[in-house]
Amino acid sequence: MSVTRLSNFAPYGVALRSRLMLGTSQYPSPAILAEAVSASGAEVVTVSLRRESARLKEGQDFWRLIRDIGVRVLPNTAGCYSVKEAVTTAQMAREVFGASWLKLEVIGDADTLQPDVFGLVEAARILSDDGFEVFPYTTEDLVVAERLLEAGCKVLMPWGSPIGSGQGLNNVFGLRALRAHFPDTPLIVDAGLGLPSHAAAAMELGFDGVLLNTAVAKAGDPVAMARAFGQAVEAGRAAFLAGPMPPRDMAAPSTPVIGKAILS
Amino acid sequence: MRLVINGEAREVEAMTLAAALESLDYGEAKVATALNGEFVPARARATTPVNDGDRIEILAPRQGG
Repeated sequence: MSVTRLSNFAPYGVALRSRLMLGTSQYPSPAILAEAVSASGAEVVTVSLRRESARLKEGQDFWRLIRDIGVRVLPNTAGCYSVKEAVTTAQMAREVFGASWLKLEVIGDADTLQPDVFGLVEAARILSDDGFEVFPYTTEDLVVAERLLEAGCKVLMPWGSPIGSGQGLNNVFGLRALRAHFPDTPLIVDAGLGLPSHAAAAMELGFDGVLLNTAVAKAGDPVAMARAFGQAVEAGRAAFLAGPMPPRDMAAPSTPVIGKAILS
Repeated sequence: MRLVINGEAREVEAMTLAAALESLDYGEAKVATALNGEFVPARARATTPVNDGDRIEILAPRQGG
């Protein structure tokens, strides 16, 4: 594995310094969201599209806030259960946000929010052919990953565990296999991270980045937690580049055995 | 004319999608529109007719994960 090659993070050719992407939902207030983004160092935030009331115009205030924060947006298709819904939502998002980046979600199950990988591949193909730069929210399945790349995706976003569950990396073996199988594809662990240590673990496995929301937004102090995640992502990345030692089943003394006095 | 706006039945007098938005008071708001489940780009709103019973979705940026 080439450390140099993996040291740059440029999804769809956009060079990013931070490998942490942050969701914008569920914060106690807009001000705390803005502070958390800043504390995390994230340069990309996820956003969605929802019905706008002509009277309240809440979306307009939110959009002003995001523009003031000054980060790049990654619009999602959260809550879409069909290819048609996801494609239409994507088209609407591209117009409103003026961006071709898209976090593609096609959900298959309401309890686990597990992606419908069949619909995901179909939607990814339609959208990639239409000029979108698709970040597919997928599982760690290697064959699905292959199909997504064939469909035109240049980035993959496997889940750590179900969205909002905070369980961390449920299938480390599968994620490690995915990393090994696609050494040149930017891989971002998206969903299910609950602690900075989960984010660090993903980075130590060699993932290119992480995307999370609830773990920061629902923390007692979201700004402090955002900072902690930023530090964990940097630490995990540095550890990966440094080459972690292979684990052993048995103890091995770290202090030299040779030269030890015989005192008994 | 009865239109379904964001899931809610409304009486709106308008010949086109652009006129419907105007009449509903969206003004210059940054929104994306769909008519009966199909995306209608902003530039096509003025030439897109609306008919009794049409379903119109009007969406805007919102928090997301």
